[in-house]
Amino acid sequence: MNVSYEWLRAFVPFDQSAAELRELITAHTATVEELLALRQDLAAIVIARVVEEAAHPDSDHLHVTRVDAGTGTLLDVVCGAANVTAGKMYPFAMTGTVLPDGLKIQKRKIRGATSDGMICSARELGLGQDHEGVMELDVDVPPGTPLLSALPLGDMRLVVDVLANRPDLLSHLGVAREVAGITKKPFALPAIDGLGAVIPNAATHATSARAATVDVRIDEPGLVNRYMGLVIRGVTIGPSPEWLVTRLASIGSRSINNVVDASNYVLHELGQPTHAFDVAKLGGSAIVVRRATAGEKITTLDGNERTLNAEMIVIADASRPQGVAGVMGGRDSEVTESTRDIFVEVANFNPSRIRDARRALGLSSDAAYRFERGVDLEIAPRALERLAQLIVLVAGGQIDGAPVDLGYERPATPAITLRVSRVAKLLGEPVGADEIAALLQSVGFDVDRTANDLLITVPSWRGDVVAEVNLIEEVARLRGYDRVPMEIRPFRPGTVGDDPQWITSKRVRESLVGAGLLEARAMPFVAGGESFVKLTNPMSENEGYLRREILDTLARRAEYNLARMEGNVRLFEIGSVFAPRSGALPAEQLRVAALVMGRRQPPHFSDPKTPEFEAWVRYDQWDAKALGQTIAAAAYPAQPVSLRDADHPDALWDIVVGDAVVGAVRRVSLDAPVWAAPAFGVELSLGDLDSSSVAPQGESAHRPFSRTAVSVTRYVPLASTPASEFDLALLVPDTVRGEQVERVIRRVSGKLLERVELFDQYSGKGVDPGHRSLAWRLTFRHPERTLRDREMDARRSDILRALADELNVRQRSN
Amino acid sequence: MDLQEYIAQAEAIEHEGTAALQSAADADALEAARVAFLGDRQGRVKGLQEALRGISKDDKPAAGKRFNEARTRLESLHGDRKSALQHAMSPVDRGDLSLAARRQWRGAKHPVTLVIEEIEGIFRELGFTVAQGPEAETEWYNFGALNFPPNHPALDAHDTLYLEGEGLLRTHTSPVQVRTLQKYEPPIRVIIPGTVYRRDFFDASHAPAFAQIEGLCVDENISFVDLKSTLNRFAERFFGASRTRFRPSFFPFTEPSAEMDVQCGVCGGSGCPTCKGTGWIEILGSGMVHPNVLEAAGIDSERYTGWAFGMGPARIAVSRYGIPDIRILYDSDVRFLDQVAGADR
Repeated sequence: MNVSYEWLRAFVPFDQSAAELRELITAHTATVEELLALRQDLAAIVIARVVEEAAHPDSDHLHVTRVDAGTGTLLDVVCGAANVTAGKMYPFAMTGTVLPDGLKIQKRKIRGATSDGMICSARELGLGQDHEGVMELDVDVPPGTPLLSALPLGDMRLVVDVLANRPDLLSHLGVAREVAGITKKPFALPAIDGLGAVIPNAATHATSARAATVDVRIDEPGLVNRYMGLVIRGVTIGPSPEWLVTRLASIGSRSINNVVDASNYVLHELGQPTHAFDVAKLGGSAIVVRRATAGEKITTLDGNERTLNAEMIVIADASRPQGVAGVMGGRDSEVTESTRDIFVEVANFNPSRIRDARRALGLSSDAAYRFERGVDLEIAPRALERLAQLIVLVAGGQIDGAPVDLGYERPATPAITLRVSRVAKLLGEPVGADEIAALLQSVGFDVDRTANDLLITVPSWRGDVVAEVNLIEEVARLRGYDRVPMEIRPFRPGTVGDDPQWITSKRVRESLVGAGLLEARAMPFVAGGESFVKLTNPMSENEGYLRREILDTLARRAEYNLARMEGNVRLFEIGSVFAPRSGALPAEQLRVAALVMGRRQPPHFSDPKTPEFEAWVRYDQWDAKALGQTIAAAAYPAQPVSLRDADHPDALWDIVVGDAVVGAVRRVSLDAPVWAAPAFGVELSLGDLDSSSVAPQGESAHRPFSRTAVSVTRYVPLASTPASEFDLALLVPDTVRGEQVERVIRRVSGKLLERVELFDQYSGKGVDPGHRSLAWRLTFRHPERTLRDREMDARRSDILRALADELNVRQRSN
Repeated sequence: MDLQEYIAQAEAIEHEGTAALQSAADADALEAARVAFLGDRQGRVKGLQEALRGISKDDKPAAGKRFNEARTRLESLHGDRKSALQHAMSPVDRGDLSLAARRQWRGAKHPVTLVIEEIEGIFRELGFTVAQGPEAETEWYNFGALNFPPNHPALDAHDTLYLEGEGLLRTHTSPVQVRTLQKYEPPIRVIIPGTVYRRDFFDASHAPAFAQIEGLCVDENISFVDLKSTLNRFAERFFGASRTRFRPSFFPFTEPSAEMDVQCGVCGGSGCPTCKGTGWIEILGSGMVHPNVLEAAGIDSERYTGWAFGMGPARIAVSRYGIPDIRILYDSDVRFLDQVAGADR
């Protein structure tokens, strides 16, 4: 909302500068986002005195002058205006100045006479249409004074961020009321010279009435909260007077013609949208407030044809819509230069209906913006009077009869009890009843004192105040938030402990960062398809679904990196995934995923320069398997984790905790360039997110916070006896899996086996076809004594026998 | 020589040998000490061994034991000292130490995570714990319970992504306030970090999914004083000793509502492009929990009062790290994340 400093001052005689006003309004009412000095295009214009003036020797209309612009020397200036007079003050543009129209003043010769600068007319400065001569100034300032500091041209614009609950601030009246309250000054509508047309009292009716020659009718109760209208005859459409143009310019609104400008003036002054119809163009000389019929069309003032639906309200004549109610007028009945008689509409529409219409049409307007938020129902008669008087003042014409006032019912305004004790409770310190009353009264609330409490009647423009707590906010802000004491008071600890998934996520994140991975946070939208959760209103079709897997997101991020020639990718993300569930919110799960590809460590000058090393140094499935184990260990501490062969394509292992599959390790297929290394991924669940209702609406279902059990690994005594070890180099048929061999080794070895380590795999020369050579190192330890060679030999033979019998695995002989 | 005499001698040799070996400053000194004590010909340990012959048969086992102890100790001391000197002094491979280290990839948390964790840490000092909730929510938890009037312009700031079938993607973390209040009895002191969604086009300053962190404090006798002082403390901790200011604002779920600004760190409050000339940077929205929200969660709003706040860690991250385009946070460009990790490339 653009607010003019001068306009406000026409309401309230405050002493504050614009900058001070900005602070006050921001501290008490609404944030002033910007403070703009207007007419900065005139910043370089100074006031100069013409010291000498003479006719140009070679011209019959030019004058040569000597000008004091405060520079210390007199400047030679040629001037074409007849009214230039020695001794007078004028706006002056020195050489190098750029005028508002873009003209750059240069030093030059005009018919042989030097001209160093320009004496300006009002028109050249954008200060009016008068170009009959240069702009004579009646000021008493030294030459060289900037024009803006000498004349009240430099109005300031305050850009106020009006939030959705305060539509009353969408007018100068509303902001001025607040400023008056805060500065403790009176306020009144700005006086306008010559305003005085007498408007008869409006006649109130339920649904229909006649305003002069126009039949006004509300088709159906409830379509409009109030509809006022008045006919003005014999207006002359033309330009607006200077003051009106300037007022509108000060808030960034362009002058159109006198009638439209008057309507805009009232909009910004009182916050009431109004509209003028050309009576001659109203078919059947009727105004009907009715529902649109579905598919009905109208061309709005912006020149676009709009198709309406049956939920929208139109202002129609006897046959067709002439405006979309509360949103925008129609082009057909627009006021034009030939308009003589106008029907002025001042109405109040239902916010929700206007909001729906505005959204459905995708058509924003100042009117819709205000109606959507709520316009003061009681301002209509004042707005109608102000508008009619203004039109008569600026466009001539005569009021024809009394205004009509339809559909208006005075709403009940129940009083709200405000407990002084409750103010203290919420604000944290006592505020006296007198102070509360004074604060509320300063912005228009009616206050009745009862024994202990206050009975407050809310003014019609404050529809947002419906409960005691709203009044407490009024007290707090009018008093000033800065007056609330700043002291940390004792508090009781909360009943809720940390969310277990948050703790788990942290642990997982730390472990992945420790493993050298980089955390990503990416958009969780995917191209999706069936079995994905679909968005009903996505931003784009290729992001119309929610991800089922985080690896899906990470794969796209890896491709993004590959496209930037970055082939070493190591990313992880922790976040939600979604799966559809019929008739319920999607199933949501918290997950972690990691994707690795390329080098597992940065290059070093000492690295072997061999193809074998280049292959070795790339992340492979064994790194991915380890990563899976690392993540699972962090996510499910002290629980048995195993990686089981997965049987679906691209998948390598399922991650199993206890009996449950909680994740997977797999290859990730990418849209990758040929030079890219293979990509591997891990994805693991950190648990489901419960989106079921905690308790019925308006109820609670309190329960004690259940702490997450801390899982502990018990201490195993550290051995002080020496270990014994031997190696088994085995010929393993390709049909036998390594884990089967290990299982047999563990079983036969018994309790004293401390570690089984695969240290070599070989196939090819020297190994029977259909076999591979796998070599394990077995470490044994007795807790109390040294193991004897004999015992070790026996174990070795037992293991080899069992392997041969059960798996047909033999010792490798060579 | 009797036993007592022998043992005294052994002790003296061990003591002196220890001193000589330990004080050897380089390989030569160590070798000299070795020759003096452990030398095959002139060594004093050798002498001690020879002196065993003069010990009576009865005393020999005891004397022999003491001799072995002394010899073993000095020998092992020599070995230790030798390797210590070798490691310390080894001229081998000192070479050009300016060459690059053999590095491992360095991992990093996301900048938004770093901001969240920092905020979390500060609120932990003040007794807050972390609560969480689902991102797919019902209309009621996201709007209704939070006192949003239906079809109200307040909804404009919450352009919502709806899910086919049921529900929507939460537009703020505030539904978790309601869930927490329904689930646990006051006193409640929680912060709620999480991802939220808005139907915004992905551009330099907007992302359709972004992090939010929210706080909620509900108990008896909680007032605006607690809101202001706690958030001011947060600002002191997070931004350094900067001034704060509280302005009236509007959120359907708080009343009174307040926006908190901190004094602009770039210009110190005098006004600059960073703060758009105001001298203040907007940090968070806050307010006293609206009684309707408490009642929606089944909490007696006469007995209990509370305050809440919410802010955007991504906004803080971009200003803190000087990131010109918010999409950089979400692109997951390894080169950017390596910068966050502080790794050389």
